[in-house]
Amino acid sequence: MATTEKQKSDVMLKYLRPQKSFPSVWCPGCGNGIVMGAFIRAVDKLGYTNDEVAMVSGIGCTSRMPVYLDFNSLHTAHGRALAFATGVKFAEPKMKVVVITGDGDALAIGGNHFIHACRRNIDITCILINNHTYGMTGGQGSPTTPADALSTTTPYGNVEKHFDPCDLAKSAGATYVARGTVYHYPQLEKIITAALEHKGFSLVEVIANCHTYYGRLNRKGDAPAMLEQFKENSITTGKAKNMEASELEGKFVIGKIHEDAVKSEFCDEYQKLVEVQKGK
Amino acid sequence: MANKQKKLLQGNGACVEGAIYAGMTVYAGYPITPSTEIAEGCARELPKLGGRFIQMEDEIASIAAIIGASVTGRKVLTGTSGPGYSLMSELFGYAYMTETPIVVVNVQRGGPSTGLPTKVGQADTMQARWGTHGDYNAIAIAPSTVGECLTETIRAFNLAERFRTPVTVLLDEVMGHMREIIELPEKGDHEVFDRVKPTVPPEEFEAFAMTDNLVSPMPSYGEGYRYNVTGLTHDVKGFSTNRTDETIQKLDKLFNKIEHFTDEIFKSRVELVEDADVVFISYGTVSRAALQAMQIARKAGAKVGSIQLYTIWPFDYEMIKRATKNCHTVVVAEMNMGQICHEIQKVLDPSKKLETVQRYDGEIITPMELLEKLEEVL
Repeated sequence: MATTEKQKSDVMLKYLRPQKSFPSVWCPGCGNGIVMGAFIRAVDKLGYTNDEVAMVSGIGCTSRMPVYLDFNSLHTAHGRALAFATGVKFAEPKMKVVVITGDGDALAIGGNHFIHACRRNIDITCILINNHTYGMTGGQGSPTTPADALSTTTPYGNVEKHFDPCDLAKSAGATYVARGTVYHYPQLEKIITAALEHKGFSLVEVIANCHTYYGRLNRKGDAPAMLEQFKENSITTGKAKNMEASELEGKFVIGKIHEDAVKSEFCDEYQKLVEVQKGK
Repeated sequence: MANKQKKLLQGNGACVEGAIYAGMTVYAGYPITPSTEIAEGCARELPKLGGRFIQMEDEIASIAAIIGASVTGRKVLTGTSGPGYSLMSELFGYAYMTETPIVVVNVQRGGPSTGLPTKVGQADTMQARWGTHGDYNAIAIAPSTVGECLTETIRAFNLAERFRTPVTVLLDEVMGHMREIIELPEKGDHEVFDRVKPTVPPEEFEAFAMTDNLVSPMPSYGEGYRYNVTGLTHDVKGFSTNRTDETIQKLDKLFNKIEHFTDEIFKSRVELVEDADVVFISYGTVSRAALQAMQIARKAGAKVGSIQLYTIWPFDYEMIKRATKNCHTVVVAEMNMGQICHEIQKVLDPSKKLETVQRYDGEIITPMELLEKLEEVL
C-alpha cells in the first residue's frame, strides 16, 4: 500500500519539535530541509526512540538542524561538534550520536577534530552537508570551494585547492564513507540509514545547494537549477570505477565509497579495557 | 578510630584523588607541563573504577568532550596549564552559557605564550576571571598544600554541581609537583554534592527555568527530557532568542546565581588580623611563605596578620575591608606582575598603604623575601 500524505506528515511530526517555531532559518529552497527529511525517515525506519538519539552540531546554517528536531540536541561552538559528540558517546555509549555539520564547520575550523574522530573510529554518524561555501556569514570561500570559483573572499576566483571530504575521512580511518546529493533523495535516505546502522565512524557527505550565495555568485541559477546540475554532474561509484581521474574532474561520485566492517570501534575497545582493569 | 590510609602524593595526584572522591568518572585532556600527572593519574585509575579517560587531539577538544560527557550526567574533569587554558577559553564560556558543570585544573607556569613551561607562576589569576569573551561571572579556587589539592578539588566539584557552572582550580607548578604525605579521606568525611535533577514530567520541564536560587534542575541526556543546549543566548526552554527582556533575564540569572551566593562560595583563612599592623594577602603556594613569615615575625614581636584566599573568584571585597580594618599596611604577595593587588586596591581604605611582593621570574616567593618587605614597612 502506498504511503499516504497523512502518514508522511505523521513521521515528520514525531520528530519535529512542536514548541520550536517554524519557519526555519534556512532560505527557501535550501538543501538542508531535504537532508533533514531524509535523516528523520532513516531514524524512523530504524525505530530509534527520540530519547536515545543525541544530535550534535557546531555553527553554520546546517548546524541549526538539531534545534528543530525532538532529540537530545547539543548546538555547540564553531568546528567543535565532533569533539563534543565524542564526549557524549564515550560517556554514554548506548546513545545514537549524530553530528550534523557543514564544509566550513567540519573541514576548516573543525578539521583536526574531523580527522581524529575518523582515526578513533568512534561510533558516530557525521552528516556533512557540503554547499561549497559559508552560507550563514554570507558566501565566503570554504575548504571545499572549487578552484577558480567565486566567493565573497575569493572575488577574483579561488586560488586554493579543495578537500575531498570522503577521501579525507577514508584516509583518516573512518569505516563507512558515502556521498549523496540533495537531488538523489531515495539514495540519500538509504545511505544515511546505512551510516546510522554502521558500527564505527560513518561519514555521509551530502552535496547541497546554496543558491543564495554560492549559486548566485557563480551564476548557477536558482535552487531547482542547481539540483538539475547535481543530477547532470553525478556519477555512481559503480560507473566511476572504470573512469579516468580526468573524466571525473568536477563530477560528484555518489554512493557508498568505503566500508570496513572489521576494524574495531573505539568505545567497545575501551569497554574491553575497563572489563580487564575493573576492581584492580 | 582506625588510622586513615596515608599516601605520599604530588599536588597533581591529590587533585586526581579529590576528583575521584567527588565522583568524577570522565576525564578528557591533552598533555601539557606541568599538569600532565593529572592526565596520567586519570588514565591509570579511571578504568579500574569503571570510569573513562580519553586523550583528545587538543585542549579545545578536551573541554568540548567533558562538556559533552557532563550533559549525559557524568562528573567531568580536565587538567591543563596556561597555553591549554587559553585554548579552552571559548568553550569555558560555552559551559557557562549552557550551565554545564565542569572542573578545569590549571597548573600555572610562567607566561605569557609558551613562557616557562617547567617553572612556577600565578599569572593566570585574572584569566580565570576574564578569560572568555562576553560578560560573565566565574568561580576559581586555589589550594596551598597537597592535602588541600584533594579537598579543594572536591569543593570545586561541589561548586560546579551546585551552581551548574564551570569551576577552575588554580594550582601552580610548585603546588602540582610538591610531594606531601596526606591522609586519604573515607566515604562520608567530606560532603559530595550531586546536581539537582528535575522532578516535573518532561512536558512541563523548562531546562533553564528561573528558581529561587537561580539554578535550574539538570536532567541527563537519555532521561526523556530532550532539551536544547546551545551557546546562543536562549530562553527558559533553551531556544535561542534575540529578545531584550529574555537576554537580560538569562545574563542576570547566570551572573547572579554566583554573585548572590558569594558568601557560600567564598573561603579564606584569616589569621591574627585583629591587632596586626601589617597584613599579608596571598593565595596558593605563596600562602605557605606568608604564613611562615607571619609566624617568624610574631615570634620576634611584630604584629603581623595574614589573609589567605582559597576562593579567588568570586572575590569577597567586603571581607577584605573587614580584615584590613585595623592594620596600617597590606602586603599583597603573588607570583605575577600584580593581579589580585588591583582587587585589593579597589576596596582598601585610602589611609592604608598597599605594598606588593611580586615574582615573575619562575621562582617562588620565600618567607625571607616577605620578612625583608616587613622590615621596610613596619
